[in-house]
Formats: sequence, structure tokens, C-alpha cells
Amino acid sequence: MIRVVLPTHLWRLANTNREIEIQVDTSPTVGAVLDVIEEQYPMLRGTIRDHTTKQRRPFIRFFASGEDISLEPADTLLPDTIVNGSEPLRIVGAMAGG
Amino acid sequence: MSGVRVLVGTHKGAFILTSDERRENWAVSGPHFAGWDIFHIKGSPINPDRIYASQTSGWFGQVIQRSDDGGKTWEPVGNEFVYDGVPGTHQWYDGTQHPWEFKRIWYLEPSLTDPDTVYAGAEDAALFSSKDGGKTWQEFPGLREAKGHLWQPGAGGMCLHTILQDPSNSKRMFVAISAAGAFRTDDGGETWKPVNNGLQSNFELPDPQAEVGHCVHNIAMHPSRPDVLFMQKHWDVLRSDNSGDSWHEVSGNLPSDFGFPIAVNAQEPNTIYVVPIKSDSEHFPPDGKLRVYRSRSGGNEWEALTKGLPQEDCYVNILRSALAVDTLDPCGIYFGTTGGQVYASADSGDNWKPIVRDLPAVFSVEVQTLP
Repeated sequence: MIRVVLPTHLWRLANTNREIEIQVDTSPTVGAVLDVIEEQYPMLRGTIRDHTTKQRRPFIRFFASGEDISLEPADTLLPDTIVNGSEPLRIVGAMAGG
Repeated sequence: MSGVRVLVGTHKGAFILTSDERRENWAVSGPHFAGWDIFHIKGSPINPDRIYASQTSGWFGQVIQRSDDGGKTWEPVGNEFVYDGVPGTHQWYDGTQHPWEFKRIWYLEPSLTDPDTVYAGAEDAALFSSKDGGKTWQEFPGLREAKGHLWQPGAGGMCLHTILQDPSNSKRMFVAISAAGAFRTDDGGETWKPVNNGLQSNFELPDPQAEVGHCVHNIAMHPSRPDVLFMQKHWDVLRSDNSGDSWHEVSGNLPSDFGFPIAVNAQEPNTIYVVPIKSDSEHFPPDGKLRVYRSRSGGNEWEALTKGLPQEDCYVNILRSALAVDTLDPCGIYFGTTGGQVYASADSGDNWKPIVRDLPAVFSVEVQTLP
């Protein structure tokens, strides 16, 4: 299972917990993780990435093992620490404003 | 015993205020969707328990919420708003062309006849509708064909912020866009034409009488007289007696003819309300006095309504969707401020009191009169 930490607004919108666990049966990539999240929580479609283009929304960032992987292609394989569940993939609403 | 439900959209969530028909004591529910911008929240006129809300965020995009129990519980429905075909470009602030990009829903207008049908006004300006209770959305692309390449954003963005249905003609509808103007369809939304004849934008447009490009802030009608429209423009309050075919100014003795919302008394079709605001850069009430102005003659002659409203040191704004009326007799008038107050008058504006005073900045106020 892959653990994913969601931003507060999104786990509340999805009526779930801050950290969720998902089963990814394809190659473990950010894109595959988001496919599963959107399948299990359809209300999150369009809130993390565009419905059609699948492009990440500008103020959303992805962190894995302390690294910002937001700019990596969506089909980049996630690190082992994420795939084996020892650390969560963090989806973060970027800090902005003052 | 009848009652009133006031639906308030704010910068940090939605609030629902309820009272009986005396409109003296109010219960406050909320925040719903805490932390999100709620641009608009409005109930179905034929099923008041069906309410739609536009929940939006610069981080997480657009969500549409639906309630089927008067706002006690909510369900996220469809949020995929896709422009029909290749949307093309509109005019940008500097006069260059700029691609159409969906940003948010400013306004939701539930159908007068079907609770599952609802219209949505978007930024960048477009009109969408759903016929399945908000699950799926389709655009009316004919609207953008009404010289959309000449539309441009106002200070708040290029938004479709007003939708009016003609209760006597199901094929007729009006919308208003900043800064494009007013538009009307007579064929159920397939084709649209600008209805801006008589608008004069001396300081905003190279051609002050241009067919499109006017910064219309809000339009109101009384359901018994759908051919009579009242408009608050960026500057000027105007009236049309022929469904928008032509307009004439009725600003009269207002202390400022700039403002955002306009509303019609539900019991008196010729009684209208505006809230004058100082502009262009200041956007607060003239002289620090919060005054609603009422005209019982459909414009031109205005009286200041001040009892119960702050008459010194008041520097809030009242946004375009933040003024509404109930349908009781005497008519109740309600408005919200960017300072978080919602003021109400249960006697057509003669006397006011805040029914809640410390909410986040209020974007919108809608009122349901319950049986």
C-alpha cells in the first residue's frame, strides 16, 4: 500500500483522513497514484490536477522522501520509500501570501 | 408559520441564517466549507431544500456543492467546466488578445421550473448549465460568439456574474459580464445579442457607446414585470423598459452613481435599492456613512436609508451579489459587507439591524422565503 498525505482542504472535501492508503496495481508513479485517488474520491477530480490535461494545479506540490518531485514527469517512478510504505507521498498546497 | 433563510457566501466559507417571518431573531449555521471562497450560494425557487453552492480556491480550483435538505448536509457534485470547442481569445488589459481560461464560478442560478437544472456563470466569462443536479455541465457557446473577442476583464476578472430568467418566457434569459456588458437570448441560450444600447462609459471605453465592453455590475428585475430591468453599471444606474433593447440613466440625486448591487422590492415592482460607493480607487461608502438608497419611482428620485446603519467611520464595500430581498410583506431587504456584517430590514428598508456582524468578508447574499 502507498500512503498519501492530503492537504487539509482536500481530505475534508473527500470526507476522509489526512493520511490515506491506496493500492496501485500499475507502475508506481505520481500519475498512477492520482489516478487511484481520483477513482476512490471522485470529488477530488480537478482539485489536484486538471480534468483534461492532467497538468498539476500551479499551487500544488508533491514531496517524496523530503524531495520536491513536483516538476518530475508524472510517469517517473516513485522512490522505494514511498512504494514500500515506509514514508508517505505528500501532496501539499503551496504556502503563499503573508 | 413561514420563515426566511439567508444564504451567505464569504471569503472563508458559507453561513446560513434562519428566522421566522418576524425576522427579529436569527440562528446562524456555519461555517460550511470552512476556509474556501464561497462565491455564491442559491436555492431552487421550486424546491427550497435544494441549494447549490460555488466553492472555489486559488489552490484547489472549483467545487460545486449541492444540498437536498436546506443546507444541513452537502454533496460535492460535478466540477468539470469545459469550454465548447476551441475557446479562442478575448481582449486583455493591455489590448492584446488572451486565451480563454476557466478560473471559477461566480454565480449559480437554479431554474425556475426544474430543481435539477441550474445555470452557472464563469470566469473567464461563459454560461454553463447542468440538467442533472450539477453532476455534468455544458456551455452555451453562442454567448461567446456575441463579440467575445472584444470582451475584457474588469478589476475583478472577466466574470459572468448575473443571470436572470424571464418567468414569462422560458426561452428568454439575461446575463451580465464585466467588462463586456449585458446580453439576452430569446431562443433558450442558443444565440445571444448584446443589449447595451444607451449605456455610456465615458471613462472606460475609447468608444463610450460601444456595443460591448461596458462594465455592468449587476442587473435586477421584478418577476411581475420581466421587461423592466434595472442596472448598476460601473458608473450610472440605468433602467430599461423594453427588455434591454435600450437603457436610460436614472442615477438622479444619488451621492455616487457607482456601486455594485441593485435589487427590486418584491412587493413594489417600482421600488429599487442601491448602495452608493465611492470610486474609482476607494470603493467604500461616501463620507464613511453606510447608506442604502431607495427609489419608489423606479429611479431618479432617491432617499437615503440610514436608521440602524453606521453613519460614521464605515469603510466597507458591498459586492455585486450581496444584496437580496425576501418575498414577505413588508419586503425584507438584506445585504452583506466586506467587513463581515449582514444587515437586514424587515420593513422595506426603513429600519436596519445587523443580524450577524463578524463573518469573513461577504461575497454574496441570497434569501429564501420558506412556506
